Amino acid sequence: MDWISLLLVPAIKSLVVVVALLTGFAYLSYVERKLVARFQVRYGPNRAGPFGILQPISDALKMVFKEEIVPLNVDHVVYLLSPALTVMPALVIWAVIPVSGASFTLFGQTITPYVSDVNVGLLYILAIASLATYGIVLAGWSSNNKYSLLGALRTSSQMLSYELPMGITLVSVLLIAGSLSLVDIVQAQRGVWFALLQPIGFIIYFICGLAEAGRSPFDLPETENELVSGFATEYGGIKFALFFMGEYIHMITISALATTFFLGGWYGPFVNQIPVLGLVYFLIKVAFMIFLIVWIRASLPRIRYDKLMHFCWKFLLPLSLLNLVVTAVVLVLVG
Amino acid sequence: MPIDYLPILVFFVIAGLFGIVALVVPAQLGPRRPSSNKLKTYESGKVPYGDARGKIPVHYYKVSMLFILFDLEVVFFYPWAVLFRKLKLFGLIEMGVFIAILLVGYVYVWKKGALEWE
Amino acid sequence: MAQQLQQGLFLALAGVAVVAALGVIFNRNAVHSALSLLANFVALAMLYVLLNAQFIAIVQVAVYAGAIVVLFLFVVMLLGAGGEMQMGGWLNWRTAFIVAAALVLLTLTGTAVFEGTINGAIGTATPEQIAQVGQTEAVGTALFTDYLLPFELASVLLLVGMLGAVVLGQRWRGAIAGRPSGEAE
Repeated sequence: MDWISLLLVPAIKSLVVVVALLTGFAYLSYVERKLVARFQVRYGPNRAGPFGILQPISDALKMVFKEEIVPLNVDHVVYLLSPALTVMPALVIWAVIPVSGASFTLFGQTITPYVSDVNVGLLYILAIASLATYGIVLAGWSSNNKYSLLGALRTSSQMLSYELPMGITLVSVLLIAGSLSLVDIVQAQRGVWFALLQPIGFIIYFICGLAEAGRSPFDLPETENELVSGFATEYGGIKFALFFMGEYIHMITISALATTFFLGGWYGPFVNQIPVLGLVYFLIKVAFMIFLIVWIRASLPRIRYDKLMHFCWKFLLPLSLLNLVVTAVVLVLVG
Repeated sequence: MPIDYLPILVFFVIAGLFGIVALVVPAQLGPRRPSSNKLKTYESGKVPYGDARGKIPVHYYKVSMLFILFDLEVVFFYPWAVLFRKLKLFGLIEMGVFIAILLVGYVYVWKKGALEWE
Repeated sequence: MAQQLQQGLFLALAGVAVVAALGVIFNRNAVHSALSLLANFVALAMLYVLLNAQFIAIVQVAVYAGAIVVLFLFVVMLLGAGGEMQMGGWLNWRTAFIVAAALVLLTLTGTAVFEGTINGAIGTATPEQIAQVGQTEAVGTALFTDYLLPFELASVLLLVGMLGAVVLGQRWRGAIAGRPSGEAE
């Protein structure tokens, strides 16, 4: 154990993951605009470069060179801290997600396809996800704006509430897999994907994921027509972009976790013969989940806030508990 | 072993550095021409009145309180699920009792209308 | 190398935890105090990891940092005290009383620690054994076999908490008349 394998390799891997996620975010915003435009029989961005492919880059440059505006009545430290607090949890979840099944050797170092495979991986994800609430609550409070505060309260209550059915559903996955390590959970799906063993669990997870990431039809964080832009009303330029980034990276993360927990992770045909296929399968599955999320956004209207809370507490929560109990009973019967 | 968690700490540091860079660098690049109207709280063009940080409805408090209680319950599920292969029927019964007691609370909360959002 | 790293990390994290704890007390703004508390909890969780107690570390983040501090923030906002909760001057009877109480507490804790009166029973598991089965399994095995009764009683405790939340919530609703800046009914 020298400092290269201890510090340098994880640092480079983290950097690669962060850069990949930022690129993913940039092009996801482009792909989403294109897709939604197609759903609505429009063209979408088509001016910057061929097919508008340079749109994300021009957007990023614009955001970076925007004027830094800090309104007078805000709480300075908290106001500036909140955007970073929103992005960071979405990024660090990726420390435990395995993107492929095979390690490879580079410069005499064994490079594993994850930053760390800890034996509390699933719990780590839930713990970090629970920290994602802070950026939003604090943004709303520090802005000293009525829209922001109401938006932040609604969003944080929504995120807290939907964490429960999500957590309970993942317990059902855990019952079948028998391990908290994400690598073990994927390996347990070598034969059958958990989406087939846990169809209800998969649907509950997906719905909760949409709510956690604040995606349509649960995009209450934004509610442009009543709360202007919710918790982000007083933010502009790069600080606004960071909130935006948080939402999109969250969306990628939710899709990656759905892939890991329910869609067999990196598994697919011939993956044992050609190890690099693992990464390809993983990315295809993630892309499919993201497409599903965009499709839903283009299809469904926003849900009303009281219905959102009722749906979670009176329907999803008991359903996920029932799903857990049934899973446990079946496991005991099967043996 | 704690050493397994070092990569995660490294990731935290990298993500934190990204956050700092993203906040500090663009702030230096953009122009700075503040004016009193620009820095006012935005209330859809109306003149802002009062402080936004008034009292908030008690609902939000109740939701977070109930969330903590159910979250604690979920925390107990995890070690149980990991051990379920060993505990088998015994595990099912002990968790059944645990869930049954909490269901009483859930039904009470529902009947008292604490889950209603007016 | 790993040993030194561990020690260095311990010192750094302990420092963060102490500074954050002081921040909780000395910040005049309740929301800033809550934020310091959050930093303290996260540093504490990392200290747990250094002690090979990963499960506890995760629970510390998920429950304390992820849920209880949110509740604190909501309560601070519920009271509408966020921005302007100012205390009076430093030298008054209240401060004197708090200092005296803190000194008494410090004396008691010190006596207890150095006289060894609050040492709990030492278990049989060693860090190596725990690392072998995994911390979550170790906690689970203890919880679901030897300590089954406390586990089931915990659900009763949670039940009482639920009842309390509902009853208090109902009372609050009566107390706050006419929601100054809340949502319309």
